[in-house]
Amino acid sequence: MQPTNTRDPQYYHKVVDCQWACPAHTNVPEYIRLIAAGRFTESYLLNRKSNVFPGILGRTCDRPCEPACRRTRVEDEPVAICRLKRVAADLRDDVSDFLPAAPTEKNGKKVALIGAGPASLTVANDLMPLGYEITIFEALPKAGGLMRTNIPSFRLPVRVLEEEIDYILDMGVDIRFDHRIDSMKKLLDGGEYDAVFVGTGAPKGKELNIPGRQEADANIHIGIEWLEAIHFGHVDAVGERVLVIGVGNTAMDCCRSAKRLGGKQIKVMARKSRPYFKASPWELEDAEDEQVEILVNHSPASFVVEDGRLTGMMFDLVEWKENEKGRLVSTKLDEVFIPADDVVLAIGQDNAFPWIERDIGIEFGEWDMPVVDRATFMTTREGVFVGGDAAWGPENIIWAVEHGHQAAISIHNYCEGKSVTERPPYGMNLVSTKMGIHEWRYSNDYDANLRTEMRYEDLEKRLADMMVEAELGFDLGQASREVERCLNCDIQTDFSAKLCIECDACVDICPVLCLTITHDGEEDDLRNRLTAPAENRDQALFASESLPQTGRIMVKDEDLCVHCGLCAERCPTAAWDMMQFDLLNPHAGTESWPTTAITV
Amino acid sequence: MSYIAKPAARHPQMPRNAIGLTPRDYEGSMSTLCAGCGHDSVTAALIQAFFELAVEPHRVVKVSGIGCSAKTPTYFVSEAHGFNSVHGRMPSVAAGANAANRELLYVGISGDGDSLSIGLGQFCHAIRRNVNMLYVLENNGVYGLTKGQFSASADIGSLSKAGVANRQGPIDPVTLALSLGATFVARSFSGDKDQLVPILMAGMRHQGFAFIDVISPCVTFNDHEGSTKSYAHTRTHMHEVVETDFVPLKAEIRTKYDEGSVKAVTLHDGSTVRLRKTDPEYDPGDRRAVLDYLGATAAEGEVATGLLYLEGTEDDMHSFENTVDAPLVNVPFDTLCPGSAVLDEIQEEWR
Repeated sequence: MQPTNTRDPQYYHKVVDCQWACPAHTNVPEYIRLIAAGRFTESYLLNRKSNVFPGILGRTCDRPCEPACRRTRVEDEPVAICRLKRVAADLRDDVSDFLPAAPTEKNGKKVALIGAGPASLTVANDLMPLGYEITIFEALPKAGGLMRTNIPSFRLPVRVLEEEIDYILDMGVDIRFDHRIDSMKKLLDGGEYDAVFVGTGAPKGKELNIPGRQEADANIHIGIEWLEAIHFGHVDAVGERVLVIGVGNTAMDCCRSAKRLGGKQIKVMARKSRPYFKASPWELEDAEDEQVEILVNHSPASFVVEDGRLTGMMFDLVEWKENEKGRLVSTKLDEVFIPADDVVLAIGQDNAFPWIERDIGIEFGEWDMPVVDRATFMTTREGVFVGGDAAWGPENIIWAVEHGHQAAISIHNYCEGKSVTERPPYGMNLVSTKMGIHEWRYSNDYDANLRTEMRYEDLEKRLADMMVEAELGFDLGQASREVERCLNCDIQTDFSAKLCIECDACVDICPVLCLTITHDGEEDDLRNRLTAPAENRDQALFASESLPQTGRIMVKDEDLCVHCGLCAERCPTAAWDMMQFDLLNPHAGTESWPTTAITV
Repeated sequence: MSYIAKPAARHPQMPRNAIGLTPRDYEGSMSTLCAGCGHDSVTAALIQAFFELAVEPHRVVKVSGIGCSAKTPTYFVSEAHGFNSVHGRMPSVAAGANAANRELLYVGISGDGDSLSIGLGQFCHAIRRNVNMLYVLENNGVYGLTKGQFSASADIGSLSKAGVANRQGPIDPVTLALSLGATFVARSFSGDKDQLVPILMAGMRHQGFAFIDVISPCVTFNDHEGSTKSYAHTRTHMHEVVETDFVPLKAEIRTKYDEGSVKAVTLHDGSTVRLRKTDPEYDPGDRRAVLDYLGATAAEGEVATGLLYLEGTEDDMHSFENTVDAPLVNVPFDTLCPGSAVLDEIQEEWR
């Protein structure tokens, strides 16, 4: 095997599973250590640097980090990363002095952002401090996009939402509410802006065109529109029996909202069985806790209308099997009528760009979506960028944030006359955590505690009021317990082959059989003859240079390492060191890193 | 010395042996020896051997004397019986325990100071009595616990950490054991588990005294240039005379060797030790030839390793002394202690 180049920042980055999985590459282990040290403000600011909305995301993130968490590979449950983020946000002091500020002297460049959702707000967050004049056009009377209109207040209090949006707007963003852009051509022809960013999301809820749809229209609601209407107070009641069609996260917000608007029997109707549900497991759990019933294998057949009023729906009861091609196909077993007063459709969202003319150099491709470059976020018309759900369809907030960061880099390059493909370099700092003979700058003692349970507001109280937040967040005791579960995957086991005397001490002590000293070979061969076979191909093998005494190599399977540091503690020559890895993640305006950093 | 316990996290695919245990079930407490100590590797090899043989932890007795080596029994099989005895007196304690209960597996761990200086007499007599036990001598050439003075196994000319050369001749435990009639004599290296683990397994299954001299470098006081017991010196000078393959009873023989170069020895319990000689002239069954061979290699500064001498035997201390077959704990009390009337009778006989 080629000796592993650990000086490429992406090698150690991949070892930090949570950071690698986070679209914005939030430095999770470090922010958790800051919480452990009681430094909530620092933890919040570290979060904010990459994910911009720690308070919002600490409640609503899709948590791609958690299924990736190393802890899931050595035990069942990941660290409650998201809930710890909320701890930092909840317990922080006033951060206003530490937030980025816009210079009074502007750089003369004007950028228009269409839609005030997380993608656009991130672009503004990154570009305002560089001296740009930013104008946001928002169709609604308030900012936040889907974070505001689609996430109910019992999951995300308005106060939290507005505080973090205002951190950005207060830098002096010119935001025009109730200002829908109807014509891209007109905006571009105006020539007022050096660049335009489209962050309009995927604002169109999918329709369900089955018999009875038109006749029952008064009691059929499109999920995301209905949630928006609830947010702005246009809807404040619902029938007693409500069916929610679809089983994604929007469906969960709809059924739980229905429960709070006075619905008594709420049923979520799923076409497939549980393993195929799109909703996050924790959102399903929360809904079921609130006595929402989830019915599987019910495929909608028709809306039943009597005397011009919806009385319920007919469903086909189906069974799913894989066909020869591995595709799931359904067989109808029976039909069933389920009575309902209202039906909410939450079966997906579409993008819609009726307002972008097709003859202005912005090419449209498959599914009538603009063609957007995956790395630069630029359309085929120079100076026009797209990000968030508007780019490639519905994702989630954290992806929108990362799109915003990347688009801001492109916009900055574009306005500076540089190529948008010229991306600033990633870098890393690598610093030993050694404090004493067997003391480290992190808590290396493995904590076998199971995941900390969330505390919830009393059921009756939370169902009575839309504005009562369901989750109470971790208290200090819970937070200090949960932080110890983090395995500190950013504290890297860094190996210097030239110091090794091959005493086997590290191999012998490793609790999870990560290490082997063996003769060199191809990776496939090596993976089978390690102390324990390295079967998880998603995880890298570290291979050292040849060792001085026998010419063999040190091999480490990164899969299960719990970063306990015992290899380094038992190493007599400090060939192993526990080094803190800090990814230097470039944002707009990052030209270079300090000379102490390692860059590629 | 680490201050934390070894993490409870385990490899999910960790193997289990015939009695359902994993290698981690044979561990002891965290080592307090210096980082990189050869003794910790011997411990790891022992854990592996116990695991492979599916030994029941409560059937093991681990005994030691004083010294760094004497600490090691704490670091394996925490569920075993254990006794840390007086300096150099481990063989007597082991012999006594074995006399009382012959059915347990006795593992004695000693060092070059414990066995070759203060306990030399004890060591010799345990061999003569042929106590049925595995005797591991962790040999590093220095007194580590008292900061690195030369021990009785230090070679002439070997340098101390301060640069002073040793001038007294060494005692070689391997030739000593051979000359005293030991039936299982091996030498190995803590840094070579492929060699050490099968030898340990064979030694645990051998009937009688199984002696293994393990070069186990002292990383703190004797791992420098000029030392003849360092990792680097042992690696460059070690010469494997016999490759050992231990085949437990009923297991399939997998390794195929060129017949003729292999000598198979069947042990008391029916398992087999297959010895592959790397030198065709060498005969691990000829005591005098082995002694000659070791003398010649030692003169060249070579460290001959492997299971150097093996003699399948049915004898041990119990057969010499014609003792009762069952462990004393299973002998009924009135047989064990027949009462004063019987004592009077015996005494009357000698009047």
